[in-house]
Amino acid sequence: MSINTQAPAEVHIHRDDIGARMGMWLFVFTELILFGGMFIIYSVYRYAHPADFHLAATELNTIIGTFNTIILLTSSLTMALSITAIQNNNRSLSLLFQFLTILLALFFMVNKYFEWMAKINHGLFPGSDELLSKSAGEILFFGLYYVMTGLHGVHVLIGMVLIAVMYRFTSRGIITHDNYVKLENTGLYWHLVDIIWIFLFPLFYLIT
Amino acid sequence: MENNNSHSQNSHSYGIYILVWLALIALTTVTVTVSGMDLRSLTVTVALVIASIKAYLVLIIFMHLRSEAKTFKVFVLVALLFLLVSFILLFADYSFQ
Repeated sequence: MSINTQAPAEVHIHRDDIGARMGMWLFVFTELILFGGMFIIYSVYRYAHPADFHLAATELNTIIGTFNTIILLTSSLTMALSITAIQNNNRSLSLLFQFLTILLALFFMVNKYFEWMAKINHGLFPGSDELLSKSAGEILFFGLYYVMTGLHGVHVLIGMVLIAVMYRFTSRGIITHDNYVKLENTGLYWHLVDIIWIFLFPLFYLIT
Repeated sequence: MENNNSHSQNSHSYGIYILVWLALIALTTVTVTVSGMDLRSLTVTVALVIASIKAYLVLIIFMHLRSEAKTFKVFVLVALLFLLVSFILLFADYSFQ
Protein backbone atom coordinates (compact mmCIF):
# COMPACT_ATOMS: atom_id res chain seq x y z
CA MET A 1 0.00 0.00 0.00
CA SER A 2 2.25 2.72 -1.14
CA ILE A 3 1.05 6.12 -2.11
CA ASN A 4 3.07 8.26 -4.40
CA THR A 5 3.42 11.55 -2.58
CA GLN A 6 5.93 13.03 -4.94
CA ALA A 7 4.75 16.11 -6.73
CA PRO A 8 4.77 15.31 -10.43
CA ALA A 9 5.43 18.78 -11.75
CA GLU A 10 8.50 19.74 -9.74
CA VAL A 11 11.32 17.31 -9.05
CA HIS A 12 12.84 18.00 -5.67
CA ILE A 13 16.36 16.71 -5.15
CA HIS A 14 16.04 14.86 -1.89
CA ARG A 15 19.13 15.83 -0.05
CA ASP A 16 20.03 17.05 3.43
CA ASP A 17 23.44 18.67 3.47
CA ILE A 18 23.03 20.04 6.98
CA GLY A 19 22.16 16.56 8.22
CA ALA A 20 25.18 15.12 6.39
CA ARG A 21 27.49 17.67 7.97
CA MET A 22 25.93 17.12 11.39
CA GLY A 23 26.59 13.39 11.02
CA MET A 24 30.21 14.11 10.20
CA TRP A 25 30.55 16.40 13.21
CA LEU A 26 29.17 13.65 15.46
CA PHE A 27 31.85 11.34 14.09
CA VAL A 28 34.44 14.06 14.72
CA PHE A 29 33.31 14.12 18.38
CA THR A 30 33.94 10.37 18.73
CA GLU A 31 37.44 11.00 17.40
CA LEU A 32 37.82 13.80 19.91
CA ILE A 33 37.00 11.37 22.72
CA LEU A 34 39.37 8.74 21.28
CA PHE A 35 42.33 11.12 21.16
CA GLY A 36 41.12 13.03 24.23
CA GLY A 37 41.42 9.85 26.26
CA MET A 38 45.00 9.47 25.10
CA PHE A 39 45.79 13.08 25.95
CA ILE A 40 44.42 12.41 29.43
CA ILE A 41 46.75 9.41 29.81
CA TYR A 42 49.61 11.55 28.53
CA SER A 43 48.92 14.37 30.98
CA VAL A 44 48.67 12.05 34.00
CA TYR A 45 51.93 10.26 33.19
CA ARG A 46 53.67 13.53 32.43
CA TYR A 47 52.44 14.89 35.75
CA ALA A 48 53.82 11.77 37.47
CA HIS A 49 57.19 11.76 35.63
CA PRO A 50 57.98 15.34 34.56
CA ALA A 51 61.79 14.99 34.48
CA ASP A 52 61.73 11.71 32.53
CA PHE A 53 59.37 13.20 29.94
CA HIS A 54 61.71 16.15 29.41
CA LEU A 55 64.70 13.86 29.08
CA ALA A 56 62.92 11.50 26.66
CA ALA A 57 61.65 14.40 24.51
CA THR A 58 65.25 15.51 23.82
CA GLU A 59 65.50 12.37 21.65
CA LEU A 60 62.83 13.75 19.30
CA ASN A 61 63.80 15.86 16.32
CA THR A 62 62.19 19.29 16.72
CA ILE A 63 63.12 20.33 13.17
CA ILE A 64 61.39 17.37 11.55
CA GLY A 65 58.41 17.95 13.86
CA THR A 66 58.17 21.63 12.89
CA PHE A 67 58.53 20.74 9.23
CA ASN A 68 55.69 18.21 9.49
CA THR A 69 53.52 20.78 11.30
CA ILE A 70 53.96 23.23 8.44
CA ILE A 71 53.23 20.48 5.87
CA LEU A 72 50.02 19.48 7.64
CA LEU A 73 48.83 23.08 8.12
CA THR A 74 49.45 23.73 4.43
CA SER A 75 47.52 20.58 3.48
CA SER A 76 44.61 21.90 5.53
CA LEU A 77 44.80 25.12 3.52
CA THR A 78 44.73 23.30 0.17
CA MET A 79 41.79 21.18 1.40
CA ALA A 80 39.81 24.30 2.33
CA LEU A 81 40.74 25.97 -0.97
CA SER A 82 39.54 22.93 -2.96
CA ILE A 83 36.04 23.45 -1.47
CA THR A 84 36.02 27.14 -2.39
CA ALA A 85 37.16 26.18 -5.91
CA ILE A 86 34.32 23.70 -6.39
CA GLN A 87 31.85 26.28 -4.99
CA ASN A 88 33.08 28.66 -7.68
CA ASN A 89 32.48 25.89 -10.24
CA ASN A 90 36.19 25.64 -10.96
CA ARG A 91 36.58 21.90 -11.17
CA SER A 92 40.17 21.73 -12.41
CA LEU A 93 41.39 24.07 -9.66
CA SER A 94 39.54 22.01 -7.05
CA LEU A 95 41.17 18.85 -8.41
CA LEU A 96 44.58 20.52 -8.28
CA PHE A 97 44.08 21.49 -4.62
CA GLN A 98 42.86 17.99 -3.74
CA PHE A 99 45.91 16.52 -5.47
CA LEU A 100 48.21 18.89 -3.55
CA THR A 101 46.52 17.85 -0.28
CA ILE A 102 47.24 14.18 -0.99
CA LEU A 103 50.81 15.04 -1.99
CA LEU A 104 51.41 17.00 1.24
CA ALA A 105 49.92 14.14 3.27
CA LEU A 106 52.35 11.81 1.51
CA PHE A 107 55.27 14.13 2.40
CA PHE A 108 54.08 14.05 6.01
CA MET A 109 54.05 10.25 6.04
CA VAL A 110 57.49 10.02 4.38
CA ASN A 111 58.91 12.34 7.07
CA LYS A 112 57.17 10.26 9.72
CA TYR A 113 58.74 7.12 8.24
CA PHE A 114 62.26 8.56 8.42
CA GLU A 115 61.60 9.89 11.91
CA TRP A 116 60.38 6.53 13.20
CA MET A 117 63.15 4.61 11.42
CA ALA A 118 65.78 6.88 13.04
CA LYS A 119 64.29 6.07 16.46
CA ILE A 120 64.08 2.36 15.72
CA ASN A 121 67.68 2.29 14.44
CA HIS A 122 68.74 3.88 17.73
CA GLY A 123 67.04 0.96 19.46
CA LEU A 124 64.17 3.10 20.70
CA PHE A 125 61.03 1.09 20.07
CA PRO A 126 58.53 -0.54 22.42
CA GLY A 127 60.01 -3.60 24.11
CA SER A 128 63.62 -2.98 22.96
CA ASP A 129 66.49 -3.64 25.37
CA GLU A 130 67.68 -0.06 24.92
CA LEU A 131 64.31 1.38 25.91
CA LEU A 132 63.67 -1.08 28.75
CA SER A 133 66.99 -0.07 30.34
CA LYS A 134 65.66 3.49 30.70
CA SER A 135 63.50 4.90 33.50
CA ALA A 136 59.78 4.20 33.77
CA GLY A 137 58.83 7.72 32.64
CA GLU A 138 60.93 7.48 29.49
CA ILE A 139 59.41 4.09 28.62
CA LEU A 140 55.95 5.64 29.06
CA PHE A 141 56.88 8.64 26.94
CA PHE A 142 58.02 6.52 24.03
CA GLY A 143 55.04 4.17 24.40
CA LEU A 144 52.70 7.17 24.14
CA TYR A 145 54.78 8.67 21.35
CA TYR A 146 54.43 5.55 19.21
CA VAL A 147 50.75 4.98 19.99
CA MET A 148 49.61 8.60 19.57
CA THR A 149 51.67 9.60 16.53
CA GLY A 150 51.01 6.11 15.12
CA LEU A 151 47.24 6.43 15.47
CA HIS A 152 47.48 9.93 14.04
CA GLY A 153 49.49 8.51 11.13
CA VAL A 154 46.75 5.94 10.49
CA HIS A 155 44.28 8.84 10.34
CA VAL A 156 46.50 10.61 7.80
CA LEU A 157 46.54 7.44 5.65
CA ILE A 158 42.74 7.11 5.88
CA GLY A 159 42.45 10.80 4.98
CA MET A 160 44.64 10.28 1.91
CA VAL A 161 42.38 7.44 0.72
CA LEU A 162 39.26 9.56 1.37
CA ILE A 163 40.63 12.55 -0.55
CA ALA A 164 41.66 10.23 -3.40
CA VAL A 165 38.05 8.96 -3.56
CA MET A 166 36.82 12.59 -3.55
CA TYR A 167 39.26 13.33 -6.38
CA ARG A 168 37.64 10.56 -8.41
CA PHE A 169 34.14 11.81 -7.50
CA THR A 170 35.06 15.34 -8.54
CA SER A 171 36.59 14.28 -11.84
CA ARG A 172 33.54 12.11 -12.65
CA GLY A 173 31.11 14.91 -11.86
CA ILE A 174 29.58 13.32 -8.74
CA ILE A 175 30.89 16.25 -6.70
CA THR A 176 29.73 19.45 -8.38
CA HIS A 177 29.46 23.14 -7.57
CA ASP A 178 25.97 22.65 -6.09
CA ASN A 179 26.54 19.23 -4.53
CA TYR A 180 29.84 19.06 -2.68
CA VAL A 181 28.90 17.95 0.84
CA LYS A 182 31.04 14.80 0.43
CA LEU A 183 34.09 16.99 -0.16
CA GLU A 184 33.11 19.23 2.76
CA ASN A 185 32.84 16.24 5.11
CA THR A 186 36.20 14.91 3.94
CA GLY A 187 37.51 18.39 4.72
CA LEU A 188 36.06 18.21 8.24
CA TYR A 189 37.88 14.92 8.77
CA TRP A 190 41.12 16.31 7.37
CA HIS A 191 41.01 19.42 9.56
CA LEU A 192 40.37 17.22 12.59
CA VAL A 193 43.58 15.32 11.76
CA ASP A 194 45.27 18.72 11.61
CA ILE A 195 43.88 19.83 14.99
CA ILE A 196 45.09 16.62 16.66
CA TRP A 197 48.57 17.26 15.29
CA ILE A 198 48.43 20.87 16.51
CA PHE A 199 48.27 19.45 20.06
CA LEU A 200 50.59 16.45 19.52
CA PHE A 201 53.38 18.66 18.21
CA PRO A 202 54.04 20.86 21.28
CA LEU A 203 53.33 18.04 23.73
CA PHE A 204 55.89 15.67 22.23
CA TYR A 205 58.42 17.79 20.37
CA LEU A 206 58.58 21.05 22.33
CA ILE A 207 58.97 20.04 25.98
CA THR A 208 62.75 19.92 26.09
CA MET B 1 18.72 21.96 -9.54
CA GLU B 2 18.33 25.25 -7.79
CA ASN B 3 19.75 25.80 -4.38
CA ASN B 4 17.06 26.07 -1.79
CA ASN B 5 17.35 26.70 1.90
CA SER B 6 17.92 23.08 2.87
CA HIS B 7 21.11 22.94 0.80
CA SER B 8 22.80 25.74 2.64
CA GLN B 9 26.26 26.87 1.71
CA ASN B 10 29.37 27.56 3.67
CA SER B 11 31.39 29.74 1.43
CA HIS B 12 34.55 31.57 2.24
CA SER B 13 36.81 33.36 -0.20
CA TYR B 14 40.30 32.14 -1.01
CA GLY B 15 41.80 35.15 0.77
CA ILE B 16 40.55 34.38 4.28
CA TYR B 17 41.95 30.84 4.10
CA ILE B 18 45.37 32.12 3.09
CA LEU B 19 45.27 34.69 5.92
CA VAL B 20 44.38 31.98 8.45
CA TRP B 21 47.14 29.76 7.07
CA LEU B 22 49.66 32.60 7.50
CA ALA B 23 48.44 33.08 11.07
CA LEU B 24 48.81 29.34 11.75
CA ILE B 25 52.37 29.32 10.39
CA ALA B 26 53.21 32.43 12.42
CA LEU B 27 51.83 30.83 15.60
CA THR B 28 53.88 27.69 14.89
CA THR B 29 57.00 29.84 14.64
CA VAL B 30 56.09 31.55 17.92
CA THR B 31 55.49 28.29 19.76
CA VAL B 32 58.80 26.80 18.52
CA THR B 33 60.70 29.98 19.49
CA VAL B 34 59.08 30.18 22.92
CA SER B 35 59.88 26.51 23.62
CA GLY B 36 63.57 27.40 23.18
CA MET B 37 63.35 29.95 26.01
CA ASP B 38 63.50 29.01 29.64
CA LEU B 39 60.08 29.88 31.02
CA ARG B 40 59.95 27.06 33.58
CA SER B 41 56.40 26.15 34.49
CA LEU B 42 54.97 28.63 31.97
CA THR B 43 56.31 26.63 29.01
CA VAL B 44 53.44 24.12 28.95
CA THR B 45 50.84 26.82 29.48
CA VAL B 46 52.15 28.96 26.64
CA ALA B 47 52.36 25.92 24.32
CA LEU B 48 48.79 24.89 25.12
CA VAL B 49 47.41 28.43 24.76
CA ILE B 50 49.02 28.78 21.32
CA ALA B 51 47.80 25.30 20.28
CA SER B 52 44.28 26.26 21.41
CA ILE B 53 44.34 29.46 19.35
CA LYS B 54 45.46 27.45 16.31
CA ALA B 55 42.74 24.83 16.88
CA TYR B 56 40.16 27.63 17.26
CA LEU B 57 41.19 29.16 13.92
CA VAL B 58 40.95 25.77 12.19
CA LEU B 59 37.52 25.09 13.75
CA ILE B 60 36.04 28.50 12.96
CA ILE B 61 37.42 29.12 9.47
CA PHE B 62 38.67 25.87 7.92
CA MET B 63 35.83 23.78 9.38
CA HIS B 64 33.29 26.50 8.53
CA LEU B 65 31.94 26.68 12.05
CA ARG B 66 31.63 30.45 11.74
CA SER B 67 28.93 30.15 9.09
CA GLU B 68 27.19 27.05 10.45
CA ALA B 69 23.88 27.13 12.27
CA LYS B 70 23.89 27.72 16.01
CA THR B 71 23.16 24.03 16.66
CA PHE B 72 26.61 23.10 15.35
CA LYS B 73 28.33 25.62 17.59
CA VAL B 74 26.43 24.38 20.65
CA PHE B 75 27.29 20.76 19.77
CA VAL B 76 31.01 21.52 19.47
CA LEU B 77 30.96 23.52 22.69
CA VAL B 78 29.27 20.66 24.57
CA ALA B 79 31.77 18.13 23.18
CA LEU B 80 34.72 20.31 24.23
CA LEU B 81 33.19 20.93 27.64
CA PHE B 82 32.75 17.18 28.10
CA LEU B 83 36.45 16.70 27.39
CA LEU B 84 37.39 19.52 29.76
CA VAL B 85 35.22 18.06 32.53
CA SER B 86 36.89 14.66 31.99
CA PHE B 87 40.30 16.29 32.47
CA ILE B 88 39.23 18.27 35.54
CA LEU B 89 37.54 15.34 37.25
CA LEU B 90 40.45 13.03 36.55
CA PHE B 91 43.01 15.47 37.89
CA ALA B 92 40.83 16.29 40.89
CA ASP B 93 40.81 12.58 41.67
CA TYR B 94 44.47 11.94 40.83
CA SER B 95 45.98 14.89 42.72
CA PHE B 96 44.32 14.00 46.02
CA GLN B 97 45.06 10.30 46.08
